[in-house]
Amino acid sequence: METTKNYFFMDMSVMLGRSMRHIFRSMDTIVTVTIMPIALMLLFVYVLGGAIQIGTDHYVNYLLPGILLIAIANSVGYTCYRLFNDVQRGIFERFHSMPIARSAALWGHVLTSLISNAISVTVVILVALLMGFRSSAGILSWFAVAGILMLFTLALTWIAAIAGLSAKSVDGAIAIAYPIHFLPLISSAFVPTKSMPSGVRAFAENQPVTSIVEAIRSLLSNQPVGNEIWVALAWCGGITLVAYIFAMRVYKKRT
Amino acid sequence: MFQNEIAISVQGLKKSYKNVPVLAGVDFEVKKGSIFALLGPNGTGKTTIVKILTTLLKQDSGNATVNGFSVLSKPDNVRQSISLTGQFVAVDEILTGKENLVMIAKLRHLKNTSQVADELLKRFGLTDAANRRVSTYSGGMRRRLDIAMSLVGNPQLIFLDEPTTGLDPEVRIEFWQILKELANGGTTVFLTTQYLDEAEQLADRIAILHEGRIIANGTLAELKKLFPPAKVEYIEKQPTLEEIFLAIIGKKEEN
Repeated sequence: METTKNYFFMDMSVMLGRSMRHIFRSMDTIVTVTIMPIALMLLFVYVLGGAIQIGTDHYVNYLLPGILLIAIANSVGYTCYRLFNDVQRGIFERFHSMPIARSAALWGHVLTSLISNAISVTVVILVALLMGFRSSAGILSWFAVAGILMLFTLALTWIAAIAGLSAKSVDGAIAIAYPIHFLPLISSAFVPTKSMPSGVRAFAENQPVTSIVEAIRSLLSNQPVGNEIWVALAWCGGITLVAYIFAMRVYKKRT
Repeated sequence: MFQNEIAISVQGLKKSYKNVPVLAGVDFEVKKGSIFALLGPNGTGKTTIVKILTTLLKQDSGNATVNGFSVLSKPDNVRQSISLTGQFVAVDEILTGKENLVMIAKLRHLKNTSQVADELLKRFGLTDAANRRVSTYSGGMRRRLDIAMSLVGNPQLIFLDEPTTGLDPEVRIEFWQILKELANGGTTVFLTTQYLDEAEQLADRIAILHEGRIIANGTLAELKKLFPPAKVEYIEKQPTLEEIFLAIIGKKEEN
């Protein structure tokens, strides 16, 4: 007899194909996820950047890591929205009454988030290159950057999953994105934390985005990474684990 | 009755939500190839019964077997042989009609998924709209696609939870026709409804759910016997609004 486990990857690839189509068929998602961070990067480099003293050669080199995180934070709002819709419209119920692994539907959304973020991050980096971004990082450092970004995406995606699965309204589902958007603003993403007043600075230096930004920045500029990378990985790994456990609990309860 | 002629068997089914009893010991049987209607006002637990029988929800106590398999111990076997059309039209709006059907066919691990989809599109009069996104479909077309998706892979038993809520009268009658054809072809149909005329039109057996129990169960003729014999009175019969509506629409279409 066929068992659902044998088909787990096949089922998940069907789910993945479905939500990837969602992404490519809704232009507004592509625009917000890719164009918005690019616009922000243009604004900061060409309008505000002249007045920002960061002490490195080119401001875009300093700015890029933060912009990448903003791009990712932007896109998980849509993951949240799509999950909310699937619960609300009974699509998960349909899948769950079929002989397929229960978690395949959820993992389809998570994988879609990883792939679409990999695409938008690549596009943002290409634009940054055109704007003068240069990196002396070797292939290993680039792999490390990719790994951190993937883990960051996973962490935010699972948080988004909790919100999307438990929200009672679309507004509630999307509201999750706001605090996530705020974190990069109060971090060392745009300016060094030492220019901030002490209270803000204490927050900025001890929140996850700063350590992640610093770790990526050091990797890209071929500087020794020191402790930041471990703090960054601990944040990402810890958030992913906790959010995953809660998301799975909500998923089992709600569907 | 032979055991293999029974599609659904339910004994002493109980379910509470946070100490509020919804089902207080439900018993009934459904014969293979019949149309069984579960009747009751909103909030009486019809959907809860459907969710338990389709493995979406676990009962607190009591037995439920579907096609000979216990919903608690053999949920995978149950899912192989059923399909669910929920209260909400569970179609993917961003995909086309054909893509929706192909997706379900793939999840049911069928071969010739494209052919299966084309046949169902034809049967439900959706061939012309096959490659249009579902977001452009009318309410009736969506419901037809929803039913078509439930029939992918020819499940032996289909559950329909208030399938005609929100459908206009014409589509409703068309829909009843589809269900009758299915039952003639040997498919067992389990449907919940709050419309008395729907149960009267369609069902071989009708069960009435009230305060968590089945208070009446039988054929229409049997149920009628439970009540005082009809008195003969002569009154002027006013056409119902539905009859008027259908007559006007019918005339228009003849012209």
